[in-house]
Amino acid sequence: MTITNPDNAVKAPASSALSVTDLEVVYNVRGIPREVLRGVSFHIAPGEAYGLVGESGCGKSTTAYAALRYLPRNGRIVGGTVSVDGQDVTAMSNERLREFRARDASMVYQDPALAMNPTLRVGRQLIESFTLLGQSKTDAEKSALDALRKVRIADPERVMDRFPFQLSGGMQQRVVIAMALACDPKLLVLDEPTTGLDATVEAEVLDLVRVLRQESDAAVLLIAHNLGIIRSLCDRVGVMYAGRIVEEGPSAEVFDSPQHPYTVGLLRALPRRGVRKTERALATIPGLLPLIGSPLPTCVFLDRCAIASELCHTTAPPLVAIGDGTGRFSRCHHVDRIGEIQETPVSVDIAMLNTSAKGADVLELTHVSKTFHQRNLAIPALVDVDLSLGEGETLGIVGESGSGKSTLAKTLLGIEAADEGGSVSLDGHFVAPLTTGRSADEKRSMQMIFQNPDSALNRSWTVRRILMRSVEKLTGIKGDEANTRVEALAAHLRLTPRHLDLKPRQLSGGLKQRVAIARAFAGDPRIVVCDEPTSALDVSVQAAILNLLADLQSEKKTSYVFISHDMGVVRYLADRIAVMYLGRIQELGPTDAVFNGPNHPYTEALLSAIPNVDGEERVRIRLDGEIPSPANPPSGCVFHPRCPRAMPGVCEVSEPPLREVEPGHLMRCHIPVEQLVEMQRTPTQG
Amino acid sequence: MSRYLLRRLGSAVITLWLLATIVFVVVSVLPSNVGRQILGPFAPQEQVDALNHRLGFDRPIIIQYLQSMRRVFTLNFGESYTSGAPVNDVIFPALWRSGKLALLAFIMTIPVSILAGIIAARRQDKLSDRAIVNLGLATSSIPEFVSAAVLLSIFCVHWKLGKAFANPPDGATIVQQLQYLWVPALAMAITYFGYLARMTRAGVISAQHSDYARTATMKGMSSSQVMRRHIMRNALAPTITVISVQIGYLFGGIIGVERVFNYSGLGSTMLIAVGKRDIPVLQGAVLLVGIIYMFSTLAADLLIAALNPRVRLEVSK
Repeated sequence: MTITNPDNAVKAPASSALSVTDLEVVYNVRGIPREVLRGVSFHIAPGEAYGLVGESGCGKSTTAYAALRYLPRNGRIVGGTVSVDGQDVTAMSNERLREFRARDASMVYQDPALAMNPTLRVGRQLIESFTLLGQSKTDAEKSALDALRKVRIADPERVMDRFPFQLSGGMQQRVVIAMALACDPKLLVLDEPTTGLDATVEAEVLDLVRVLRQESDAAVLLIAHNLGIIRSLCDRVGVMYAGRIVEEGPSAEVFDSPQHPYTVGLLRALPRRGVRKTERALATIPGLLPLIGSPLPTCVFLDRCAIASELCHTTAPPLVAIGDGTGRFSRCHHVDRIGEIQETPVSVDIAMLNTSAKGADVLELTHVSKTFHQRNLAIPALVDVDLSLGEGETLGIVGESGSGKSTLAKTLLGIEAADEGGSVSLDGHFVAPLTTGRSADEKRSMQMIFQNPDSALNRSWTVRRILMRSVEKLTGIKGDEANTRVEALAAHLRLTPRHLDLKPRQLSGGLKQRVAIARAFAGDPRIVVCDEPTSALDVSVQAAILNLLADLQSEKKTSYVFISHDMGVVRYLADRIAVMYLGRIQELGPTDAVFNGPNHPYTEALLSAIPNVDGEERVRIRLDGEIPSPANPPSGCVFHPRCPRAMPGVCEVSEPPLREVEPGHLMRCHIPVEQLVEMQRTPTQG
Repeated sequence: MSRYLLRRLGSAVITLWLLATIVFVVVSVLPSNVGRQILGPFAPQEQVDALNHRLGFDRPIIIQYLQSMRRVFTLNFGESYTSGAPVNDVIFPALWRSGKLALLAFIMTIPVSILAGIIAARRQDKLSDRAIVNLGLATSSIPEFVSAAVLLSIFCVHWKLGKAFANPPDGATIVQQLQYLWVPALAMAITYFGYLARMTRAGVISAQHSDYARTATMKGMSSSQVMRRHIMRNALAPTITVISVQIGYLFGGIIGVERVFNYSGLGSTMLIAVGKRDIPVLQGAVLLVGIIYMFSTLAADLLIAALNPRVRLEVSK
C-alpha cells in the first residue's frame, strides 16, 4: 500500500462536471450556527455516476442540495466551493442561479407524488420546464411529448392530460425524470429516487436511469440509503459520516473491501449474503451519531471506532490514497489495521433459535378472506388465506403495496373482522373475529409492533407511563408490582432506568422502537405482528433491533409475523416466507426454499428486482403493466396479465390452487414445478 | 356533478328541516302565552283566548308542528304577531340590508387580508411578518361591538365622516348608501382581517415548504413565478373555507355591530323578534340564515373543487 500526498487526492480533474471542494455548511439552530458539512470534497466527471451513502444526519442530502444551492432557510454555505461545468455555484447572483437551475442542473426527488403540483395537469408542468428554456408554447409541447417518450411512457398524449395523482408511482417518477432531463443537464442529482416505490417499480425506474445514462453525458450524483442501488448504478461512491467523506472509491471495491472503520461497521450491520439469524447476529456500531454541530476536532468517527489510537485523539486523519492509483481513499490513520476490527459480540442465543423442529401451532388461519365495501363495490383485499404459525417461529410476509399484507395483519389481530366462513384460532381454539369479542388473555397473546414508533407512542406520556399502562391493561397487575415489572421489562429491552422518565421525542429512533417493542412484550405475548418495524431506521439501528427481536424470540419462544419489503431483512429473520399478490398467497415455503427456488413467477420477478449490495445480480425478470386494482382483479390467475411465463388458454381461465411442490413449499401456479425448475435454471451470477 | 349537487341539496333540505324543528321546539317549550304577550296584561281573557284560537295555539302540538312545517316549506311564514305585516316583508328587506353590509365588509377585508397573509408568509419571521401577525391577533381578539363603538366615536362623532345611524334613507344612491355603511362595514372588516390574514399566511407557508414548490424552484423559476403558478392555488383552499363560513355568520348579522349603528339587518330583526316572542319572524329569519349558510358552504366546496382537481374528479363522479 502506498500513501500519497493527501493534497493530491482531492485535486479536481480538469474535466469535472461537478466539483465540490472543502464545502462547509452550517445550519442555524436557535441562533447558533451548527456545522453540518465539515469540508466535503469530491468530483464527478461528465457521464460518471457518483453515489453518496451514509446514515441519516451524515450530511449526504445537504451536500446534494448545496450542489444546487438550495438550502433550508437556516442553512448557509460558509466555506469551500461548488462548481458545475466550470461555473462557481456559490458565487452566482440570484438571476444567474435561476438560469443555472433551468439549463445546467436538475434534480429527481424522493417522493414523486409530492414533487409535482397536485392541482396542475402533468402536461402543463412538463411544458413549463421547456418554456423556461425560452421555447415557444407549441415547441415546448412537442418537446414535452418527446420527453415523455424518452422516459418510455406509453401513450404520452394521454399522460399529458392527467393529473399527477392519476398516475402510478412509477409513472410519476418517470414524469419527474422527464422534467429533470428537459434541459439536458450537465449535472443530475437523484435524491433517494426509488425510496417508497415498490420493488418491481423501483427496478423499472433504475433500469430507466441506467438506459438514460447511456444517452446523456450528464454527471449523476445519487443519494440513496440502499447500498444495493448505489452499487448497481454508480461508478464511484463516497461514504459520509458526520459531515465528512470518510471513504471514497469505485463502488464494487468499497463494498467488497471497505477501508474505513465506519464503512466496515455499516456493511456488517446489513443482513447480506443470505445470512440468517441462526448463523450469526448482525453487527452493530456502538454509540450514536454525534449531534450536528458538535465539535469534532480530530477524527469524526473517533468515539465509535474500535481501532482508534492515541494518534486519532490528537490529529485529524487526512484523506489518504490507498493502493496504486485506483482512486481509493480513506480518511483513517489506521487503514492497515482495518482487519483487526472485531465483530461486535452479541448475546443472541443462536442455539435456541436453531430448533428446526418447531413447537405446536399457536396460530392458525383457515379460509380467511376480507372484503371491503365501498360504494356498493366489493373490494376483496384478502382471498382465502390459510396459514399456520408454530411456536417460536417467524413467518415473513412479502409483497408489494396492495398485496394485502397489512390487511392480513389486521385481520388476524382482530382489528378488521374476517369475512364469514374464515376462522382464526389461537392455541387450537377459535377466537372471535374482532378484538372486542376476544378475551383479555387472547388480546394479551397477540400484539403488534408498528413501522413508525413516533405515531405509535403517546407523545405526551413518559416511557414509564406508556409501559405501565400496557402492563396494567394486558396483565391486570397494578401499582408497585406493575412498576417493578416495567423496570424489568425495560432492562430486558436494554433501556436504562433513565430512559423510563423521558418522553418519546427525547429518544432516538432506535430507542423509540425499543419502547414500542417493550410495549408489545408487556404481557408476554405468544404472537407479535411486526409491520415493517425497521424500515424507518438506519442500517446500524436496524441491526440492533433485529438482534433484539431474535433475542427475545429465542428466550420467550414468541412467534412473529414479520411484514417487510426488505428481502434481506426477511431472509435474515424469517423461518418461512409467504409471498402475497392481490390478497392471495402465491407462494409459501421455508426461507431457503423460497430464496433458492424454484419459485412462483411473481416471486422470481420480485427477487430479481432487488439491487444487491454484494453485486450478485439475478437475471432481471421484467414485469409489464401495473399492479391491478383489487376491486377488479384479472380473471383466472390474478398474476397472469403481468406474468412473463403465463400459458395462454390456461392461466386466464382458471385460478390455480395453492399446491405443495415439495414438502412445506406451496405455490399457486399452473406451470408444473419441473417446468419451473427448467425455466429458472439460469443460475444466479456470483 | 349534477348528482353531487342533488346530494348536497338533499342534505341541505334535511338540515333545514332539523333547524326548523329545533326552532319550533325551543319556541314551544318557552312558557309563554302568545295571545297575552301580544295583547298586553290588561286585555280581557276572552280576547286573548280568541287570538290564541285564531293563531292556532289551542290546537294539539302535533298540528301546530305540521302547520309550522308547512310555513317553512312554502317559505310563507305568515304574519308578524306584533305588526301584523307579512313576515316576508319584514325579513327579506332585512336580509337585503344585511347583505349589503356583509358584501361591503368582504370587499374591504378580503383583498387586504389575503395580500397581508401572502406578504407575511413570504417574509416569514421578519419584522413585517411579525407586525402583520400581531396586528391580526389584536384585531381579531377585540370584540366587534367594541371596535364598532370606537370607530363610531372616531369617524361619525369626531370627524363626522360617516353616519352614526347606518340605515340609509329610502331612495338613497349607491354613493350615499356607502356613506352610511362604510363605518359599520369597517368594524366587521377589522374583525375578520386577522383571521383571514393568518389563515392565508399558514396556507402559503405550508405550500412554500411543499415538494412541488421545491421542484418549481429547481426548474429555475423565480420566486414570484413559483408563487403565482404553483403556490397560490394550493394555499388558498383553507382561506376559502373560512370565508364561506363567515358569509353565513356575517349575514346572520354581527348583532353587536348592527345594534351599535342602529342598523336594521337580519341580526337586529332576530333580536327584536326574540324579545317580543314574534315567532313567525324569528322562524323566518333563522331559516333564512340557515339557507345562506347552506349556500355559502356549497359555494365554497364547489370553488375548492374548481381549484383542486382531485376533489373535482371526486365531485363529478
